[in-house]
Amino acid sequence: MTLLLGLTGLSVHYPGASAPALADLGLALFEGEKLAIIGESGSGKSTLARVIAGLLPPGSRIEGRIDWGGGPTPRPGRDIGYVFQDPGGSLNPLLSVGRHLTEVLRTHLPLTARDARARAAELLDTVQIPDPARALNAYPHQFSGGQRQRIAIALAIAARPRLLIADEATSALDVLVQAEITALLRALCDAKGMTLLFITHDMALAGQLADRIAVMHAARMVEIGPAARVLRAPRESYTRSLLAAHLDLASPRLVGEAR
Amino acid sequence: MTRPFLRRPEALLGGAILLALILIAGFAPLIAPGDPLAIAGRPLIPPFTDAGLPLGTDRLGRDLLAELIHGARTSVAVGLSAALVAVFAGMTVGTAAGFAGGAIEAALMRIVDAFQIVPGFLLALAFVSVAGPSLWVVVLAIALGAWTGPARLARARVLSLRESDFVAAAKVMGMSPAEIAFRQIMPLALPPVLAVASVIVAAAVLTEAALSFLGLGDPNSVTWGAMIAEGRNQLRSAAYLSIIPGIALVLTVISTYLVGEALTDSLTGRDKR
Amino acid sequence: MTLLVARGLTKTYPGARRIRALDDVSFEIAPGETLGLIGPSGCGKSTLARVLTRLTEPDAGTIRFGGQDWGALKGRALRRARGAMQMVFQDPGAAFHPRATVAGALCEPLRLHAIAPRSDWPDHVELLLTQVGLSPELAPRPLSALSGGQRQRVAIARAIAPRPKLIVLDEAVSALDASVRARVLDLLAQLQRDMGLAYLFVSHDLAVTRALSHRIAVMEAGRIVETGPAEALLAAPRTEILRRLIAAVPTIHTEKVPS
Repeated sequence: MTLLLGLTGLSVHYPGASAPALADLGLALFEGEKLAIIGESGSGKSTLARVIAGLLPPGSRIEGRIDWGGGPTPRPGRDIGYVFQDPGGSLNPLLSVGRHLTEVLRTHLPLTARDARARAAELLDTVQIPDPARALNAYPHQFSGGQRQRIAIALAIAARPRLLIADEATSALDVLVQAEITALLRALCDAKGMTLLFITHDMALAGQLADRIAVMHAARMVEIGPAARVLRAPRESYTRSLLAAHLDLASPRLVGEAR
Repeated sequence: MTRPFLRRPEALLGGAILLALILIAGFAPLIAPGDPLAIAGRPLIPPFTDAGLPLGTDRLGRDLLAELIHGARTSVAVGLSAALVAVFAGMTVGTAAGFAGGAIEAALMRIVDAFQIVPGFLLALAFVSVAGPSLWVVVLAIALGAWTGPARLARARVLSLRESDFVAAAKVMGMSPAEIAFRQIMPLALPPVLAVASVIVAAAVLTEAALSFLGLGDPNSVTWGAMIAEGRNQLRSAAYLSIIPGIALVLTVISTYLVGEALTDSLTGRDKR
Repeated sequence: MTLLVARGLTKTYPGARRIRALDDVSFEIAPGETLGLIGPSGCGKSTLARVLTRLTEPDAGTIRFGGQDWGALKGRALRRARGAMQMVFQDPGAAFHPRATVAGALCEPLRLHAIAPRSDWPDHVELLLTQVGLSPELAPRPLSALSGGQRQRVAIARAIAPRPKLIVLDEAVSALDASVRARVLDLLAQLQRDMGLAYLFVSHDLAVTRALSHRIAVMEAGRIVETGPAEALLAAPRTEILRRLIAAVPTIHTEKVPS
């Protein structure tokens, strides 16, 4: 396995905050793996994603090291793709879907306008947007939330990044759409050999998608290991409490059956 | 980061002038006792020549400084009262329109349109000529042309607040529409209106001066506008009669704008870097 | 004896697409029972919640609640009766006046429904906070200083303050972290037992709905397509949408870990 990214003793302080948002974190991320970062709100999981992508607000204090295995420091947008929770947030309502994609493509790749447009249509096809040729001329508001998130994923992978970060990318979506997007992310990473960093608060979702799971709690990484091991035999009591809080169709019910 | 209001240089400068003005207005009878319209000396003494009458006298020999000080009283009183009436009326109408929606909103906003189409000064002029010049008529006349801005701002803010969950929660709780509109929503619609209040005050001071200039001010009180109008006749021989109250007017309006600008910036978090 | 009977509720939103949010919806809720209302986003379940609480007027249909023609109540009579049907919203950050304190928010229903003389309000606030598992010391704090879970507990306290018979929970636990959500669900079940409350539990999350509901109604495109006792319904789904919703519940593919 080749190392893609190594974090050593990484700490992050947001401007004006006394407590660190990330404290003394060490992590090795390998080429082609799918790592899920699990945690509740305020655990530091999104900070971890942002510090890797260079998306921290100005004035944040970063200590420790971020080492990229092989090659120069990657550029966000080109070598790192980022999908946000809110699918609308990363799309400009005044630009057509085609403009979004061709702009990213031509910024990072040496393409003619015609080739960029053809490549944009391919990308939309990859993320399973029906009728890509027509979708290129449409505007973000003409799509449903799930389809907008697919377009955001197409944008994130347009420049063929080595690392795709999905930051709660399915949390704002309906359960049915959530399952589709999760499947899409898995298929994309498998097909293109992309590394996936999947930030979520949902244990089961992490288990479905990831090779490894890291559990964050109060700015620290409390546990990391192969997904099956973390879910089946968690070592930390915090991980156990997260698993106990998870509800599925086999969980005990809180009320009796209807009379 | 937003700088607090008192850390802005323009706020300090404008605030200092305004504060001085308000103090002068408040203590006018103490600083310049007696009737400012009484004859104090020889007519047309130029400024800075007589230590007892530092700003000189006018055509009738009245003390210009005393007139200026008492004029500040009128300007400040009329400016603030008119702005207060305009903001209160505008907030009430705007909140009612935004919250009620439907036909009530349409009707209220057409009234706002009607008032906005007619220039504020013409409205004031017409109102004073019909109702007769007195301090309160002048205040109402100025407010008549100034309440539409606050009404529109309040309505826009209320429209966006109306759909919030906390309004739905208040309805479900059984709160009456009037209480929701005026106790829950209206206070939240106040900041953007407060931010333009200074512009209204400045405009009110100017309108008052203009009305007085045309002889439609309260005849029983000294006003800067009336002083400028009086001085107009001696513009060639004694220009200072118009220039001195003119400078006072300009200083007042500019300092009000400065304070308002700083207030807007710190209320809205807007800041120049 | 039923507490609430809805018959033929229909609501079409005006506009170019004329979306039929509710299409001849009928159902009942018994005293002390939880009816879970599940469906994908845009199926009309939130409209139904707002129609029941009289925040939105239906185009057609009747609602009988607590022996009254609830749908015909107006003005002061409606406001007086509202104490019997309360609502908890999804976003605990938006459901309170931005400048409200905990005590201030809880006193409103006490005042509006004349639950207690003004001098007894502090005692009532303390009791309400204890009932929802919060420290009475929170009373003077602004709501903005509370965590999401704490705010949602205050929202529940506010809802039970006028001693309602039915609480409409519109995605009330969807915005909460899993561990917080589990405790809030426990609280809801306990309040139901103690106070004999009925709930309409609106959610897109089948696992959560199943945990709290006696019966479940499934909505799709403005219609209730399936209703039944929770376990029996999930054991033998009759509609395609319910089968898809069941399949979309992420499960941790291991036996529950003994903690």
